[in-house]
Amino acid sequence: MMLKEFAKKPRRFVPGHRSCAGCPMPVIVRTVLAAADDPVVVANATGCLEVTSTIYPFSSWNIPWIHNAFENAAATISGVETAYRSWKKKGKIKENIKFLAFGGDGGTYDIGLQSLSGALERGHDFVYVCYDNEGYMNTGNQRSGATPFGAHTTTAPAGKVHKGKEEFPKNLTEIAVAHNIPYVAQASVSNIIDLYNKAKKAFEIKGPAVLVVFSPCTALWKIRTDMAIEVAKLAVETRFWPLYEVENGKYKINYKPSKHVPVEEFLKTQGRFKHLFKPENKHLIEKIQKHIDEGWERLLKKESEG
Amino acid sequence: MNEKKILPLTGAYAAAEAMRQINPDVVAAYPITPQTPIVERFAQFVADGIVDTEMIRVESEHSAMSACVGASAAGARVMTATSSAGLALMWEVLGVASGLRLPIVMNIANRALSAPINIHCDHSDSMGARDLSWIQIYSENAQEVYEHNLLAIRLAEHKDVLLPVMVCQDGFITSHGVENVGIFPDDIVRNFVGEYEPEKFLLNINDPVTFGPLELTDYYFETKRQQEEAMDKARKIFLEIGKELSRITGREYGYFEAYETKDADVIIVVMNSTAGTAKVVVDRMRADGKKVGVLKIRLFRPFPYEEIADVLKNAKVIGVLDRSMSFGANAPIYSEIKNSLYDSERKPKLQSYIFGLGGREIYERDIEKVFEELLEGKVSNKKKYVGLRE
Repeated sequence: MMLKEFAKKPRRFVPGHRSCAGCPMPVIVRTVLAAADDPVVVANATGCLEVTSTIYPFSSWNIPWIHNAFENAAATISGVETAYRSWKKKGKIKENIKFLAFGGDGGTYDIGLQSLSGALERGHDFVYVCYDNEGYMNTGNQRSGATPFGAHTTTAPAGKVHKGKEEFPKNLTEIAVAHNIPYVAQASVSNIIDLYNKAKKAFEIKGPAVLVVFSPCTALWKIRTDMAIEVAKLAVETRFWPLYEVENGKYKINYKPSKHVPVEEFLKTQGRFKHLFKPENKHLIEKIQKHIDEGWERLLKKESEG
Repeated sequence: MNEKKILPLTGAYAAAEAMRQINPDVVAAYPITPQTPIVERFAQFVADGIVDTEMIRVESEHSAMSACVGASAAGARVMTATSSAGLALMWEVLGVASGLRLPIVMNIANRALSAPINIHCDHSDSMGARDLSWIQIYSENAQEVYEHNLLAIRLAEHKDVLLPVMVCQDGFITSHGVENVGIFPDDIVRNFVGEYEPEKFLLNINDPVTFGPLELTDYYFETKRQQEEAMDKARKIFLEIGKELSRITGREYGYFEAYETKDADVIIVVMNSTAGTAKVVVDRMRADGKKVGVLKIRLFRPFPYEEIADVLKNAKVIGVLDRSMSFGANAPIYSEIKNSLYDSERKPKLQSYIFGLGGREIYERDIEKVFEELLEGKVSNKKKYVGLRE
């Protein structure tokens, strides 16, 4: 797949939406949609993507699309997919259609986790894509279960006593893997061909697939509007956000940085981690580095175990 | 009138029997007492290949209604069932279903709300959802549950309505009590319910639709106004479809059943199974020469204000029996009855009674006592409680 070919794909998500300057989320949406050869029906959780793409009477969606509520994109798409199976069985529909759900990390890690878990366990044939901007960015930077340790948010701010989020995030990718579904992958908006290939695989396999895609928020991570891709790239290079996939239980790391890049290189690009660079908070950065290194070792071990 | 088969069925099984004949494309449901036997029975129909339905055994009622919304927006005919806490958990998505104008039909086995937790009948669950733009039909017995389901699917899917419908029955009392239920032939019923033909739907990939966009200060209000318009239209359409159904069943489907109300001095207003008990009491008291009657409300949303005022206005005293409360305010049915009579020139006296919360039994003698009190003109503007230890 060359980027040139990618640019020729039909436009399923079109300009005119109101996402913030420099937001990489629409790139994720267009890339994932381009990876499906069949028509796609989308369900969207409440969040940045939904509010910026469907301000009535406008819509950026050139394909059938539904927004139900915040926590139920997976349950909603499971209903759509079941209706499709019912009609296929009765011969009421001829076309092959793919089913896709989008949710942010709030709508996926947190409030929508049960709905996602249920849909994965039931084995619906759909792809779930979490665009992960590590917090409730749509409502102005509140802490979520995806927010990294040490990050400043409005609900777990950095102050005189507390230094931002005091817990490490849960691992959504591994939670999805624990459902024993055919395909789970972690991707980043910085590695677009990797994302495209993963989306393609996710659409092609039968049964549920989950993609967790790193998506920096220019507005609330406090980065320049031209820096989103650069920051995402640093997340991958520092192993803060490894690119890997789990196909039928088999782990594969898709990109192994050639050298160990310290996490400071990633952290220092973002205002949300500014307080960590005060001398008295040095130990917090060390704690983050340790967490990353241990996680990477675990991942290598899982890959080697096959 | 058609040849019907008489089967011993509970209210739950009567609902399942209607669902079997309707043969929806998708049923998404989660178990909760006392609704469970509806979906259990239906699941067996699915397992035995008696229906074509695809069932989604979701992990919660929130997901049940969410999946129903997805399936209905996809273009499918969709049904489900719930009770009590299940309906409460669906609350958010109930408003989505009606706001997106999706004709989902849901059976409710009415049950009390927590806390304290209680599995028995009262109407707190569906009354709590009365302002969410769902049509609500209440059923006295298993026969009505069956027939109301057939009416509900047509009403919901009518192109001038397109609103979801709840068909309510009393938990345990109706849902688990066995009665003789007349089931009409499959072909006649299927011909009556027909096929659902949606105009806009997700699975029509040639005509992509955005369902559930963000509407702000400039459009939201108009959308809600359209829902009210649909509710208004549903009144007349309910009667039209009811008339059509009458030709099959021989029974009538008015907004309410006015039982011995014409010359009545005293009328009790009540819904669901207690109406049956009240009618027995009316027969006995009529035999003693007492002019009493019962108004059993079938259609609670949209509410038939004018027609109800017409029936009630000539009585001297009205007693309204609510099986739920609106804490700190007038009880739901009482409140609507009072509203109905405001525009009437003749205004009977009114008394509000609360009964049967958490499944507390109500006996014929209780209802007789209420009638006697009302015949003596004992009314106040305070709530009275039937069968309560003060």
